[in-house]
Amino acid sequence: MARKKSTALPGGSEWSFESIEAYDRAIGKIAQNYGLDCYPHLLEIISTEQMMDAYASIGMPVYYHHWSFGKSFLATESRYKRGQMGLAYEIVINSDPCIAYLMEENTLPMQALVIAHAAYGHNSFFKGNHLFKQWTAANAIIDYLVFARNFIAECEERHGQDAVEHLLDSCHALMNLGVDRYKRAPKLSLQKEQLRQREREEYLQTQVNQLWRTLPPQPGRDSQTEEKRFPVEPEENILYFIEKNAPLLEPWQREVIRIVRKIAQYFHPQRQTQVMNEGWATFWHYTLLNTLYDENRVSDGFMMEFLQSHTNVVYQPPYNSKWYSSINPYALGFNMWRDLKRVCEQPTDEDRRWFPDIAGSDWRGTFQFAMQNFKDESFIAQYLSPRMMREFRFFSVVDDDTSPKLRVGPIHDDQGYQTLRQKLSDQYNLGSREPNIQVWNMDRRGDRALTLRYFSYQRRPLHDDFNAVLDHVAHLWGFPVRLEEQTASGEVNRLGEKG
Amino acid sequence: MIRIVDRRFDSKNKSSVNRSRFIRRFKNQIKKAVSDTIDKSGIRDLAEGKRIGIPGRDIAEPQFSTGHGGLREQVLPGNDRFSTGETFDRPQGGSGGRGSKASPDGEGMDDFVFTLTRDEFMEIFFEELALPNLLKRHLASITEFKRVRAGYSQTGVPTNINLVRTMRGAAGRRIAVGGPYAARAKELEAELARLLDTVGEGDPEVTRVRQEIAKLKVRAEAVPFIDSFDLRYNNHVKVAQPTTQAVMFCLMDISGSMDEEKKNIAKRFFTLLYLFLNRTYEHIDVVFIRHHTVAEEVDEENFFHSRETGGTVVSSALKLMEKVIQTRYSSSLWNIYGAQASDGDNWLEDSVLCYELLNEKILRQTQFYAYIEIAEDNPQNLWEEYEKVQTSHQGVFAMRRIKNATEIYPVFHDLFKKRVG
Repeated sequence: MARKKSTALPGGSEWSFESIEAYDRAIGKIAQNYGLDCYPHLLEIISTEQMMDAYASIGMPVYYHHWSFGKSFLATESRYKRGQMGLAYEIVINSDPCIAYLMEENTLPMQALVIAHAAYGHNSFFKGNHLFKQWTAANAIIDYLVFARNFIAECEERHGQDAVEHLLDSCHALMNLGVDRYKRAPKLSLQKEQLRQREREEYLQTQVNQLWRTLPPQPGRDSQTEEKRFPVEPEENILYFIEKNAPLLEPWQREVIRIVRKIAQYFHPQRQTQVMNEGWATFWHYTLLNTLYDENRVSDGFMMEFLQSHTNVVYQPPYNSKWYSSINPYALGFNMWRDLKRVCEQPTDEDRRWFPDIAGSDWRGTFQFAMQNFKDESFIAQYLSPRMMREFRFFSVVDDDTSPKLRVGPIHDDQGYQTLRQKLSDQYNLGSREPNIQVWNMDRRGDRALTLRYFSYQRRPLHDDFNAVLDHVAHLWGFPVRLEEQTASGEVNRLGEKG
Repeated sequence: MIRIVDRRFDSKNKSSVNRSRFIRRFKNQIKKAVSDTIDKSGIRDLAEGKRIGIPGRDIAEPQFSTGHGGLREQVLPGNDRFSTGETFDRPQGGSGGRGSKASPDGEGMDDFVFTLTRDEFMEIFFEELALPNLLKRHLASITEFKRVRAGYSQTGVPTNINLVRTMRGAAGRRIAVGGPYAARAKELEAELARLLDTVGEGDPEVTRVRQEIAKLKVRAEAVPFIDSFDLRYNNHVKVAQPTTQAVMFCLMDISGSMDEEKKNIAKRFFTLLYLFLNRTYEHIDVVFIRHHTVAEEVDEENFFHSRETGGTVVSSALKLMEKVIQTRYSSSLWNIYGAQASDGDNWLEDSVLCYELLNEKILRQTQFYAYIEIAEDNPQNLWEEYEKVQTSHQGVFAMRRIKNATEIYPVFHDLFKKRVG
């Protein structure tokens, strides 16, 4: 009894700084035993209102000012006050040190859950996953955001709030098209960023001017020969292209575009690893707290409260439920990781056939490999087991607008497993989820118009909103902007023109 | 290395910048929504923040996305009856149910609904009325508080420590905790003296008693002179500044010629007076009197939202007001304010009667009486009679002909100047 007492963690539902520290230490020790490699972390206690603030600025502790964040704050506040939503009890920032927010109104078990989930689960994912390693610089992001906020505030002072606001509106409209998907982003650093910003300004301007310089006229040649397209290869990063090539932008405007682009790039990995990342964090909070319980360090009451939140988080309503909105990434991710562990530890014959390499292997090694080297689509394509498809009762529905009825595609049966898994994996491919729009050409001799081309996929049309977005593109570009659609058969149609 | 940072107390309202930018950006839509809200809610309800909605379409942030159509394949969970190859009809309402839905409380789901704080709401309301800044601040600020002493508390800041209480508590605790040791030590001293007398130095019993006394002394000394729970602090609470009470009479003509728009202007006029009184007095009664040829006292709902036809006898309302004052608000405890809105129509003979009522009865008892005439035509006899009142009661009676809400403020100019200045 005396021994147990000496190791038991504080009980009750009220938290204190001491108890949070005790839990953090205990959870940290267990995480270390499991071999989780994390950045050092910082726990920040915040109020409800600050949580809503953080929501509004996508969780970032520092961010530039813009009305759209005010809008999202008001929306969050309104829904929260009416009880239509609870606040997520955690926000964690991929930085070094990793910052995890604890909301003051959480109970002690909830704080422990958040610590395990965010400060150890997400944190180790940020540090280990290849996408985050390659595309984000955890040690520089906060500095960069400080730079961004100051720079934009300075611009507002110099050029007026309206001008900056309008520019940001336009950039935000293209944010998702402001990321490099294949090239590697250079590392960020505050000092370098500030030092180079001025140089970059001047250099960029000279480059642009070069591009538009009037060439000596060569009569008889110009008009006949088909001019080479510029860019020669279509450019997927529209913001990047505009930043480098828009003829009339001022240096500060190019810098603002660059800031939005950089931040979009920073968030890109998160959008590609939602299932994996949330599942990983959920798996670890579940495992870490259960280990605490197994070691007799927390009470039954603690576990009851923890399990209740946990179960809510990983609930997947069926497609015909009124609560259904989409596949719950927490549910899918958590169950996949747990299933992966099962395949390692207690494989069935089916598992051996499907996963000959990992059935019966050491689960921790397998986990490390899977966590480091995949993103959602490849993770699902690689590790979703038939058993999981049966448990979730996944089925696919084909909606073809040329046929009057919907058709059921592969379901969770022997014939369906392979294709069903492929379909689900596709669903997490950002490339097929978002329209593929690229810079096709800019008219250097004529009206300087910019042509964007939408490469349609599965005959899906663009949403009518594109007209509003085109206005924004035209605002950035400063000359006419055209949007074309190229169908799978190579046919090209003009969708719209602005400016 | 564990680091926990308490951020609860820094940078509150971090979002207020973004929030005010949102309001600035959509000023026009919000103004309209605020105006609708004022028309819909009661004069007295404006003291708190308001939920308003603006069209979601106006504030959309467009991005490229795919629309309906084409070939799509979606994986869903929870299969309960389908097998591969089966076909079935498209569910009603399109795939995914993206259409706009109406929420149960009647706000369109497409509306962006949010809550303006009291300050933000007032700001926009005042802007509509074209109030000068000093007055805006005066009206919008909450009642002032006075800090008064309220006993003692166990928590507080060091500057508020009450030394006498603290030391008294400490002394009591020392006696209570250390007393038994002292008493016992006294007994032992006596015994030691007795032993020394009887058996003398060197006896083991003497040594034992000496040791015990020493032990007790250590114990007694270990009782701290002052302990953290002895601390007492002077406690302060905030108390609203005592103010007096007022009654506000709203008089309005509801004859056929007063249309909704005129009533809405009148409502702002009444609201402004209410806000002013709300600043000055702790308790305010509002009496609504409407009239056409006869006057009656009604509740606010009926006051603003009913319409009758027929002629106009203004004096009926003034008579009723006089009667209500006599029966319910005659004591000197009440400060009486009157606000009257009309389109200026009145029976010819009646206007003279109005003059007499105001001049001889009502204005003697009221602090301030304001009249607005919401009309575009030339003034009629009521206006002329009231002008006479104005000359004989400067500073207590104000009147003005207005066409829209921005012209309301000058009616109160004198009243507000006196109080604010």
